[in-house]
Amino acid sequence: MTGTLLSIQGLTKAYPGVVANDSVSFDIGTGEIHALLGENGAGKSTLVKMIYGLVKPDSGTMEMRGAPYAPPEPRSARLAGVAMVFQHFSLFDALDVSENIALGMENPPPLRDLAARIRTVSEEYGLPLDPYRTVGGLSAGERQRVEIIRCLLQDPKLLIMDEPTSVLTPQEVEILFETLNKLRQEGTSILYISHKLEEIRALCDTATILRLGKNVGTCDPREKSARQMAEMMVGSELQTPKGAGATPGEAVLDVSGLTLPAPTKFGTALKNVHLRLHTGEVLGIGGVAGNGQDELLAALSGEMRAARDAIRLKGQDIGHLGPTARRRRGLLAAPEERLGHAAAPDMSLTENALLTGAVREGLATNGFLRWGKARKFAERIIETFDVRTPGPDSVARSLSGGNLQKFVIGREVLQRPEVLVVNQPTWGVDASAAAAIRQALLDLAGDGTAVLVISQDLDELMEVADHFAALNEGRLTETRRTADLTIEEIGLMMGGAHDGMEVAHVEA
Amino acid sequence: MLKLEKRPQPSRVFAYLTPVLAVIATMFAGGLLFAALGKNPVEAIRTIFWDPLFGDFAAYYRPQLLVKGGPLILIAIGLSLGFRAGIWNIGAEGQYIVGALCGAAVALAFYPLEAWYIFPLMVLAGALGGLVWGMIPALLKVKFGTNEILVSLMLVYVAENLLAAMALGRMKNPEGRGFPGSRNLKEYPSAFNDEVFVGTGMHWGVLTAFLAVIFAYVLLSRHMLGFSIRLSGEAPRAARFSGVNPARIVLFCLGISGLMAGLAGMFEVSGPSGQISIDFNVGYGFTAIIVAFLGRLHPVGILLAGLLMALTYIGGEIAQGNLGLPSAAIQLFQGMLLFFLLAVDMLTNYRISLVKREAT
Repeated sequence: MTGTLLSIQGLTKAYPGVVANDSVSFDIGTGEIHALLGENGAGKSTLVKMIYGLVKPDSGTMEMRGAPYAPPEPRSARLAGVAMVFQHFSLFDALDVSENIALGMENPPPLRDLAARIRTVSEEYGLPLDPYRTVGGLSAGERQRVEIIRCLLQDPKLLIMDEPTSVLTPQEVEILFETLNKLRQEGTSILYISHKLEEIRALCDTATILRLGKNVGTCDPREKSARQMAEMMVGSELQTPKGAGATPGEAVLDVSGLTLPAPTKFGTALKNVHLRLHTGEVLGIGGVAGNGQDELLAALSGEMRAARDAIRLKGQDIGHLGPTARRRRGLLAAPEERLGHAAAPDMSLTENALLTGAVREGLATNGFLRWGKARKFAERIIETFDVRTPGPDSVARSLSGGNLQKFVIGREVLQRPEVLVVNQPTWGVDASAAAAIRQALLDLAGDGTAVLVISQDLDELMEVADHFAALNEGRLTETRRTADLTIEEIGLMMGGAHDGMEVAHVEA
Repeated sequence: MLKLEKRPQPSRVFAYLTPVLAVIATMFAGGLLFAALGKNPVEAIRTIFWDPLFGDFAAYYRPQLLVKGGPLILIAIGLSLGFRAGIWNIGAEGQYIVGALCGAAVALAFYPLEAWYIFPLMVLAGALGGLVWGMIPALLKVKFGTNEILVSLMLVYVAENLLAAMALGRMKNPEGRGFPGSRNLKEYPSAFNDEVFVGTGMHWGVLTAFLAVIFAYVLLSRHMLGFSIRLSGEAPRAARFSGVNPARIVLFCLGISGLMAGLAGMFEVSGPSGQISIDFNVGYGFTAIIVAFLGRLHPVGILLAGLLMALTYIGGEIAQGNLGLPSAAIQLFQGMLLFFLLAVDMLTNYRISLVKREAT
């Protein structure tokens, strides 16, 4: 490390009703990988947006190599040598890699020259990428490479990465880390945003921890344990969810030879999926995003119909039935996307309780709605799952992500399902809400419900699941006992073992 | 600098206030328009909004309010169900024409027989005609994924040509001395859609419109089907997840809006209009779209909006007669109403806040 690249002094940004950043100060050294840690809502995004020129601070200053730095827009930030890889990619599916990269450039060179440069840079940093492939056909890991290479072409001094590993397999994470280490050796500073503590301990030189918009400490992550950092992040002692330890009983859900075509052009087809779920069991399904998770949930919830005998619930064929009929038989589901799929954003919580609760909670008689009963059901969800909201009349979109997720999961849990299928139950949810949701799922399994958890968060699956399987390009691997698996084996299962991504090695 | 901020919750106050604001803004802009045409704006606005209700000849105009408002309300109620679900039936005018043709066809087929069952049969035929015309875009959408906006709109032109062909051909009055148009159903007691209460303008169609308001209100606020309709419009994916069959919603919404438009056409031809003629339709099917939105797609709102729109029709006619305003100016005036409504509508979900320009 040779001196300070970016110095942040007392940055403050307030939005109506919330102070997102409260006089945050820290320095990023040249050639340093600096971790920015914090729960959802701790103010990481706002801080990074200020550095990248997307948001203007209310007060406070930044200095870049001793000179005042206050980018009015991202273009100035890029000119100053700041590049950013966002968590959600901004790529056009229908264009190829080089066209996508050209679109983000001020003065793009001719496509052929650009393609050559993309090849050189991608090989230099160990991120193999064909400039002429269509982005729609790339995996999430490869899409991220496109974004990283887009940044590297600008020759940045500071590279900001927002939750880069959330979409990667363990092997892909390794490749990424090698690339980042190479960049560090060349003197590029990296601001690495994550809440995955083990990763930060493995990669970063320094960590700044944010809580409720305040800098609560800067530390060397190698000297602290993951637990210590987590407690700094949350500000209290963490509660690890515990299973009731029910022994799995008889099989309730039997999926055999489930094959479905892709619902959209860039969707994933399900190919000959087999799985068996027992009472009291939690089966975790891992896999990188876009490998058929949404489709599997849709096939199980009844949004996508399958062959009659592809799905059997307690010995009955239900593959051809729609969501309502499946709910009546005890198969409930909670999709990943909270707003717009699991819940209607502009409808009240009472109406959203009715959305899936009508059949099992008896909220309608002869088609006529019983609003009083629906409201009581919504109130029961809010109370049981500690959903923070003024009341059941609030619209769904006024709730924070964590609270709405607790509502969505709670709505299904309270209907006493025989089988519950959830997709990304704690995605974008703060640590305490995530713990509460996982605990609810474990309690449910303890009472004899069969629970299927689809998630891209491996730590989560390791924590809650008795058995594990992985989705890869619409195929599901064999189910294995979680306790018997190593992280490498999981990585191979997620990568599909047969045709994983090219694993390139950087010359040291 | 003014800035728009999204409200965390849609404002209830503004949801009710925006139609009123829109009417006031329309009066202002309309006044300017009339002034530019060299008319006294205050007098013009008074002629349109005041005279039909409380002027010297109000006794004659007031029943007209129901006669004009009835079909608008009936059609708009049907349309609003689809609009709530995100299904855009723009072809109510065509369904209205076909409903009228079917109703009149039954009457003309029985002529000159007098029997109690003729009028009910006409009602049935009118409903069925509108339903069938509405089901064409519905079935095409469900089977082939066609756009219901285009199909329903184009079917209006088909219906208009059908109307012309009937008025000049099969339905032409054989005793009409060569004039185009059918027999006048007002002179055929069994087919005449008479006033239910004499002197009020309340004919059977107006009564049906009021029933439709109640039906829609109960459906939307108390019934699972209404909830499914609203859910489909608010969040289509959530609706599918909830178990709503999108095809069924498309068929129901286009079917019911076609049926109601058909009924409106049938009641019109058998009552106020009296006969099938080339220019039988006067745009109720299109104006009803404005009425539906002006009424916030809410049944009670539509009831009020339909009466308001009827008022501008009647007032507009008086203004044309008394003040010599061109009919285009009146149509512009009605268009402004929708324009301002949509503009002010934003305030339900956004608030305007004053911010100081940030120093750069």
